[in-house]
Amino acid sequence: MERSEAELIAAVLKGDSASFEPLVEKYSPRVFATARRYARRDSEVQDIVQEVWLKAFDKLKTFRGEAPFEHWLMRMAVRTCYDFLRGHQRNRISSFSEISEPEEDWLERFVGDPGNAAEDADAAKLLIDSVLERLSPEARLVIQLLEIEDRSVKEIAELTGWSVPLVKVRAFRARGEMRKILARIAKDKYL
Amino acid sequence: MKLAELQQKLTAAARLQPPDERVPYAFEKRIMALIAERAAASGRVLWMRGFLRAAVSCLALALVCGAVSLFTPAATDNGNDLSQDFENTLLASADLPDSAP
Repeated sequence: MERSEAELIAAVLKGDSASFEPLVEKYSPRVFATARRYARRDSEVQDIVQEVWLKAFDKLKTFRGEAPFEHWLMRMAVRTCYDFLRGHQRNRISSFSEISEPEEDWLERFVGDPGNAAEDADAAKLLIDSVLERLSPEARLVIQLLEIEDRSVKEIAELTGWSVPLVKVRAFRARGEMRKILARIAKDKYL
Repeated sequence: MKLAELQQKLTAAARLQPPDERVPYAFEKRIMALIAERAAASGRVLWMRGFLRAAVSCLALALVCGAVSLFTPAATDNGNDLSQDFENTLLASADLPDSAP
């Protein structure tokens, strides 16, 4: 008979670490999806997910069972991704000289006729990826959670551990930062 | 260029990207192996910590004993040293019958 999550967690806390495996199996796809939003290289993604699971195992004692295990785990995943972004801050690219030809074409199409530039084009996806990579860790996290994943400010506060007013301030700053980056692209390419 | 519109377009483009949920083959086995390794390592660390604490306590005790023996004045010849008093007290009951008339 399949054991419930609560039973598995209780078994792990009693010292049966093998009971942790079904949890890893069940939630790894979601953790991988989260990590892939913040890291590009496969090795980095795997490092993040590995860290999330090791942290989850070490801190399982702090899981009180009031909220679903998945929420607790996703909080840990988001915070680990934020730590990763902060750790790799220096690798952020600041110039737009490396914009690929399709991205440039898409931008030109957008400048010519904004309504006709399809957002489902691969070039648009590449462009938003490179814009996100140029944001500060805080801005990237907020834009990702608020604008792309469409989460509420309260949810973001819970996920990140920031207060609601801090999320709002950071969201305001992040939008400004993103606009500044886009303005720089426009200046670099069209002025 | 309309920046707000461009921002909206690009955000919409990002929303259209489905999150990739692929998990590498046997990833959970790797995590479990790491957890087992860490558990074994933490057991060893616990033992090491215990031994280290015991060694530190023994060293401290040895130092205290050394200091006491070094700074205690040497016993005088009048036989009133601690070991003699202790022996006298211990053997007092055995000595009494001999001294009795």
